[in-house]
Amino acid sequence: MARIIVVTSGKGGVGKTTTSAAIAMGLAKKGHKTAVIDFDVGLRNLDLIMGCERRVVYDFVNVINGEATLNQALIRDKNCNLLYILPASQTRDKDALSQEGVGRVLDELKKDFKYIVCDSPAGIEKGAHLAMYFADDAFVVTNPEVSSVRDSDRMLGILSSKSRRAEQNEEPINEFLLLTRYAPERVKLGEMLSVDDVQDILSLHLLGVIPESKSVLNASNSGTPVILDEKSDAGQAYADIVARYLGEERPHRFIDDKKGFFRNLFGGN
Amino acid sequence: MSTDANETPNTQLALEFKSSTFSVPVLVLLTDDLILFKQQLLNKTKQAPDFFKNSPLVLDLQPLNRLGYDIKIVEVVGIIRQAGLLIVGLRGGSLIQNEQALELHIPIYSSLSEGAISAEDKKQKKATPSSKPDVEIKVDVRVTTLITQPIRSGQRIYAEGDLIIMAQVSAGAEIIAEGNIHVYNTLRGRALAGVQGNVDARIFCFDLQAELISIAGNYKVSEDLDKSVRNKPVQIYLQNQSLIIKDIVQHH
Repeated sequence: MARIIVVTSGKGGVGKTTTSAAIAMGLAKKGHKTAVIDFDVGLRNLDLIMGCERRVVYDFVNVINGEATLNQALIRDKNCNLLYILPASQTRDKDALSQEGVGRVLDELKKDFKYIVCDSPAGIEKGAHLAMYFADDAFVVTNPEVSSVRDSDRMLGILSSKSRRAEQNEEPINEFLLLTRYAPERVKLGEMLSVDDVQDILSLHLLGVIPESKSVLNASNSGTPVILDEKSDAGQAYADIVARYLGEERPHRFIDDKKGFFRNLFGGN
Repeated sequence: MSTDANETPNTQLALEFKSSTFSVPVLVLLTDDLILFKQQLLNKTKQAPDFFKNSPLVLDLQPLNRLGYDIKIVEVVGIIRQAGLLIVGLRGGSLIQNEQALELHIPIYSSLSEGAISAEDKKQKKATPSSKPDVEIKVDVRVTTLITQPIRSGQRIYAEGDLIIMAQVSAGAEIIAEGNIHVYNTLRGRALAGVQGNVDARIFCFDLQAELISIAGNYKVSEDLDKSVRNKPVQIYLQNQSLIIKDIVQHH
């Protein structure tokens, strides 16, 4: 049975697209046929992060409007042949999406794919609403600072009351916390909320912590999901997250300052 | 068994009549347009099907009869039953209507006095200021609302009776009750108890970090909460129009 995962946050710039690209790649690398959809119509980014921007012909809105078939619009990833990208339209806005249309596309994808990752736009308006509406699982991406935590909390409220599962009185969406851009040394200085602080406020199952890392920016610039950079701390953190989501037990890493202390000493990252 | 039963003395009581009071919703009919009535009643019951299903109901025709409208009981009862409600009585009906009701085995209750009616009318108007509905279901029953999921930022819960929450209430959330509020977790949002003026309502919580607390309109914001009452289990009640916050566990 296919599962629909929404990567959401409420707040912008916390790492939704980076996370969507990384976990979609991670799931595909584990042998599961995966599609990742950019719901950020008008501000499309996912294709850049995935490095397929020069191969976009048709997009999500074309498929919804019946101007292209799903197979015409899906782009096969250059690194993994089990991963497909459905890009957003850059020339339209979020009103081009309809609940009925999105539902139809997802139903079609479910026939062929094991996982469907929906990269939500920021905010709580139509685009974000449609990205989460059909979800089975939600990855709530949060930065360790108060406004991001508050926005995630708001989004969790929407997931539990406005989703299809909530409306049809089905089992609620599984909600997972992903704490991104975490810097243990700044937590120590009191400049950042700690993992415990965030969990205390959100009381949510922690799927993993992604450390603040140069490798994320490098990966974005080169158009390869950071999870493929197996030497990087962020890449390893995302690999842990995918493994935990698939049911493996892995201890949490990147929460303490141990490595950071030496890294700071030697000026590395 | 049968021999035992035969041996029991005849003096044993088989039944007993007792007096008991029940709270039953009263459906006040405000129009003789039965199509409109049916439409609005079905809309209303659709909003909370579990709540209304097989709910007992007393039909009140006094306001309508006072205006001189005459309606057939059989038709109204048909619509009410269609909506899944069980009619257990009629009040304020005309002589003919009472007869019709008895034929349908529906008991007749005496009407309220004129004074009581007008007071009720006033209350109704206050409750629904904008549009006057043609169907008004007055629920006298005080239900307790139990919630086990976290109340997140931006969510709002309103309970007509007591409100019990087993999970946390986030900052930016709002929980409102006409009765008491219990939060068996951290209370970070806004909690308003006794909002219809019940000064005896109380708020209980496991960990007070609220943005605002209020009982019957008397409120305190986070800034007014002393350090000594924060981050621990407390109860909040009203005394001489001021909010008292006390440890739930009393130290002697």
